[in-house]
Amino acid sequence: MAAAIDRFKRTPIAEQDPEERIHNFDEVCLGYTEEEAMREAQRCLNCKNPSCRPGCPVSIDIPRFIKHIADGDFEEAAHVLAEFTALPAVCGRVCPQENQCEKTCVLGKKGDPVAIGKLERFAADWAREHGIKVGKVKPSNGHRVAIVGSGPAGITCAGELAKEGYEVTIFEALHEPGGVLVYGIPEFRLPKDKVVKPEIENLKRLGVKIETDVIVGKTITIDQMFEEGFEAVFIGSGAGLPKFMGIPGENLNGVFSANEFLTRNNLMKAYRDDYETPIKVGKKVAVIGGGNVAMDAARTARRLGAEVHIVYRRTEKELPARVEEVHHAKEEGIIFDMLTNPIEIIGDENGWVKAMKCVRMELGEPDASGRRRPIEIKGSDFIFEVDTVIMALGTTPNPLIASTTDGLKTNNHGCIITDEMGRTSREGVFAGGDAVTGAATVILAMGAGKQAAKAIDEYIKNKYNK
Amino acid sequence: MIIKELSNYYQNFNKGEVQLFKIVRKEILAPNIFSMDVLAPRVAASAKPGQFLIVIADEKGERIPLTICDYDTEEGTVQIVVQAAGSSTRRLAEFEAGDYLKDFVGPLGVPSKFVNEDIEELKKKRMLFVAGGVGAAPVYPQVKWLHERGIKADVIIGAKTKELIILEDKMREVAGNVYVCTDDGSYGFHGMVTNYIDELINNQGKQYDECVAIGPMIMMKFVCLTTKKYNLPTTVSLNPIMVDGTGMCGACRVTVGGETKFACVHGPEFDGHLVDFDEALKRQAQYRDEEKKNLETYECRCKAEGVRK
Repeated sequence: MAAAIDRFKRTPIAEQDPEERIHNFDEVCLGYTEEEAMREAQRCLNCKNPSCRPGCPVSIDIPRFIKHIADGDFEEAAHVLAEFTALPAVCGRVCPQENQCEKTCVLGKKGDPVAIGKLERFAADWAREHGIKVGKVKPSNGHRVAIVGSGPAGITCAGELAKEGYEVTIFEALHEPGGVLVYGIPEFRLPKDKVVKPEIENLKRLGVKIETDVIVGKTITIDQMFEEGFEAVFIGSGAGLPKFMGIPGENLNGVFSANEFLTRNNLMKAYRDDYETPIKVGKKVAVIGGGNVAMDAARTARRLGAEVHIVYRRTEKELPARVEEVHHAKEEGIIFDMLTNPIEIIGDENGWVKAMKCVRMELGEPDASGRRRPIEIKGSDFIFEVDTVIMALGTTPNPLIASTTDGLKTNNHGCIITDEMGRTSREGVFAGGDAVTGAATVILAMGAGKQAAKAIDEYIKNKYNK
Repeated sequence: MIIKELSNYYQNFNKGEVQLFKIVRKEILAPNIFSMDVLAPRVAASAKPGQFLIVIADEKGERIPLTICDYDTEEGTVQIVVQAAGSSTRRLAEFEAGDYLKDFVGPLGVPSKFVNEDIEELKKKRMLFVAGGVGAAPVYPQVKWLHERGIKADVIIGAKTKELIILEDKMREVAGNVYVCTDDGSYGFHGMVTNYIDELINNQGKQYDECVAIGPMIMMKFVCLTTKKYNLPTTVSLNPIMVDGTGMCGACRVTVGGETKFACVHGPEFDGHLVDFDEALKRQAQYRDEEKKNLETYECRCKAEGVRK
C-alpha cells in the first residue's frame, strides 16, 4: 500500500470504458477493491462532531462504518450500516451523495470529500458476496401491519417494523417487488439480480411477506386490509403517473413516457431477445427533460443503438440530474441540446414521429424554485428531425389509493397529506416517500419509511399495549 | 368468499401451501379461442363488469391485458377468454388445466358506468349490446349483471363465420334477444353488426336508449358511426397497447373528446362518439414489426420443439 495517503484526493474508482459500455447493460461503476476501499476510508478524519451525518436522511453513523473499513473489518462496517439502512448497496449507488453527506464532509472544504457513497456500496457488496447476514429480529409481537408498495419507502418501513417483531405484509401492484428500483432505474446503474434481489431476499429473511400482483384500490382496498386484521397500513405507493407536455402531436407513434420506455426495458427486460416484451427505439431519439430519469432513458436508448439528444429548456447548470449521471451520459456520446423546448411534434402520413418543432430559450429571473426561468426567444422556432421522443418531465402520485379510501386527504398535486411523522388524515394509515412528496429520491423515501415505522410502532403500542 | 376466509387463504398462500393462479378449467370455444378459469380469489371478489386484468404466462412473458368474461366468488375463480393471435397469446394457449400462470392481476380499469346507476332508472333503459368476435367475452358479464337485476338487454353477436361465434348459449341465458350475424352468412344474419343495428332500428322498429359495443377497434369505430346516425349514446371498451395497466406507462393514451386519457385507469370504457378511433387504430399498430418478429421466432421454436399449434 502507498506509504502516505493524500488526504485531499479521492481514490479513483474503476468504471467500464464508455466505448464498451454503450453496447451492454452491465454496471458502469465497478466498485472499489478491498485495498482501494481501505485507502479511501483512511482519508476520513473521523470527526468527533461529524458534519456528514446530518446530511444523511437516515442518519447513518458514517464515521463509524468508515472506520471499520479503514481497519479492514468489512463485516463490522456492514453491521453498522444495517443498523440504519435496509438498502446500503442501493443507496451507495443511487443516492445523490454530492448534495447530502459528501456535501458537508469537512475534507470537501480543501479537496475531495470522502467517497462515502462508494464506501457504503463497497461494504454492502462485500457483505453480500461473503454471505454475511445482517439485521436482527426481535421475537414476534403478534401485531400485523400492511405496507402498500415495495419501493424504497415500503421496503424500509417493512424492514424496520419486522426487526421490531411485527408481522409485515407488503402488497405490490407489479409482478416483481422493488418499485422504482426495478422498473425505473436501469441495470447499468443498479443491477437487479446482483443488488436489488438480494436486498428483497434479506427482507423476506426478516420475516416480511410480499404479495405481488395486488393493486391496492382495485384488488383490495385499505378498508378491506383493516377487515383482514391489519392494525396499521403504510402507503408507499410512489409517484408513478407520467407527465406529458400537452403539446400537439404527443400521441403520435414514437412518443413515449420515460416510464414506459424504462419499464419495458428494465422490468420487462425488453433489451434481451429471450423476453417477449418489445421496445421501440428509432435511429435518432430526443429525450425531453434534464433529471435523472431523463439521463436513464437517454443512456438506455444509446445502449439500444440510437443517436440520443437530451433536450432541456434551461442550461446545463440547472440540470436536476446528478453530476455523475450527466458526466456518464456525455462520456457515452449523448448530445446535450440546452435552452431548447419542443412546442409541437410532427408526424408523417402514417402517424409516426418525424420531427419536433422547437424554440430556443433564454434564462430570465429566478422563479419559485430558485432557478432562472426559461423564456422563449420569439421567432426562434426550428425543425428538429427525430423519430422517437421520450418525455421525461417528472411523475405524480397515482390517485388510485386516495380515490378509494374515504377520509384520506390529498393536496392539489394528488400527494397524500401527512404530518412530519407520516400520519395521514385516517387513523392507523401512514404514508411516506414520493406518494407524499411527489417525485424525489430513493433515500428521502427511505427516510420517510423509517420515520413512519417509528410512528406505527408508537401508534400500535399506545393503542393495544396500554 | 368472505374477507376473513380470504385472509386465511392468503396466510396459507404466504406459507407456501397454496399456489395461486392455477388454471382450474380450460375450454376451447372456437378455433384459436379458448377460455380459462383461473384461481384468483382476490380478483374474483373485486371484479365488476367492464373491468379487465393482466396475465403473464411465464417468466419471460409480457403483460397481456385480457378481458374478464366471468367470475365466481364462491370458487374464487375468474374466467378469461383469449384469442391466440400473437406469440404471447399462442404461448398462453399451450397452458392446460392444472397448470399455473405466473401472474394474474386485476381487476383493472373503471367498472361499467351502469354499475353505479340507480337500478330503478336503469330498468327503464332499453340497452343494446354489440359484441364482435371475442368481444362477446367482456359483453357477457355486463349482460349477466343486468340480468341478475331483472334487466333484459338485447345482444348482437357478430363474427366472420359461424364457428367463430362464441358464448351464444351462455348469452341467451341472460339476455333478452340475441341476434347473430356472420360476415359470410354461414349463420344468422348475413352481414356486419352495423347492418344489423340498421335492420333492428329501421325495419324491426326497435328503439334503444343506450348501446355498448365491444370488439375489434375497427368494428367499434363503425358501430359508433352507425349509432351516431340514430343519436344512440354508445359506450365502447378500448383495448390499446398497455404495459403495467395501472396508469404508470401511458402507452394506452387515447384521445377522447379532444383530451388525452389513459385507457387503463380512465377507461377502458369511453363514450364511443368522442373517441378518436383513427388515432387509436394507428397507435394499436405501433409494435406490429416487433410482434411479427416474435411470432416468427415462436413458430420456429414450435417447429423445433414439436409443440402443437
